[in-house]
Amino acid sequence: MAIFGLWVINKAGGLVYQRNFADGLAPLTSNEYLVLAGTLHGIHAITSRLSPSGSSSGVQIIEGETFKLNILLTATGTKFVLLTSLAETTADALLQKVYDIYSDAVMKNPFHTPEMPIRSEAFDTRVGTLIGSGQS
Amino acid sequence: MAYTQPHPRLSVVSTSSQSSDHLSPTNSSTRFSLPSAQSLHAAAASIKAGSNRPNIYDRPLNKSRGAEVSGSAFAFLFSEIVQYTQKRVSGINDLERQLNTLGYRIGTRVLELMFWRTEGSSKAPKREIRLLSVLTLVHTQVWKAVFGKAADGLERSVENPDEYMIIDNDPPIERHISVPKDFSSLSCSSFTAGIVEAVLDGLSFPARVTAHNTANPQFPNRTTILIKLEKSVLEREELLK
Repeated sequence: MAIFGLWVINKAGGLVYQRNFADGLAPLTSNEYLVLAGTLHGIHAITSRLSPSGSSSGVQIIEGETFKLNILLTATGTKFVLLTSLAETTADALLQKVYDIYSDAVMKNPFHTPEMPIRSEAFDTRVGTLIGSGQS
Repeated sequence: MAYTQPHPRLSVVSTSSQSSDHLSPTNSSTRFSLPSAQSLHAAAASIKAGSNRPNIYDRPLNKSRGAEVSGSAFAFLFSEIVQYTQKRVSGINDLERQLNTLGYRIGTRVLELMFWRTEGSSKAPKREIRLLSVLTLVHTQVWKAVFGKAADGLERSVENPDEYMIIDNDPPIERHISVPKDFSSLSCSSFTAGIVEAVLDGLSFPARVTAHNTANPQFPNRTTILIKLEKSVLEREELLK
């Protein structure tokens, strides 16, 4: 049971927040993270159109052999992505709480520009206390 | 006499400047295009029927006494206030001054409403004239009226006898605000400082009020409202002793 990392992707597919919480993730440059986030955004857009019956919310979990990727899509198109171990069961609840913190500490902050990278100390601290401190 | 009206409303405004023959009953119907009295009544009735709530000025003032405001709604509103103000100023000092001015406009109303509610029905309404009771009034009653809780501390400056400090460990208006590092000296509580300044002014205790971040590890949002009283206040206080 471990939580590896958190990404926040804005509605245009740009990575606005990225933070690692546990060791074990491959080290990537910030540019590579941006590309991955953009790709995930594209995959999400495709999966949301593949549903055989009615509309679909798109991909919610992507599982690998050693980890899984949990995606929460909000009503406004912002995506919260949590990288966890396969055994992690609290990912959904955690994502919901991260969304709570995001709407409090980011959207109510007059110094945040929507769709731009998140530089809010309060968001950092509160996510840190929620998931556990890690390197940023 | 042929006369075309440029705009139906204009005819009403400019009657006095026009020659009297325009007022003849024959063409009055074209001149006065205001709705008839009957239709006005109908319109008023439909407005009333549409919303059962009376006009805000007609509602009893005490009704909203214990009313609560959504914290989120206020946070968004205040965030917009700060963004709006920030676009129209040239620096941090200017921004703080502008927020102070906005707060001042609220403070004058807060003072009046607060006294109306606490002293209005009393048989012997009283007014504070001593400095210390005025400061405690700001610290508890004004804070309760505005934020729903008393402030966390009232201190007197050790160095300057004309300076007092009101301390709030977690000011509600700053709860969701993270000031960027390059603005570190900015305190959005300047808004609160404006409210305090107006209240003190209204009580004839003119002062300069500013807000400062005095964060500590336990309370990262801790804010001090610094009150620098005018000399005349202290002189009067001496006489009252």
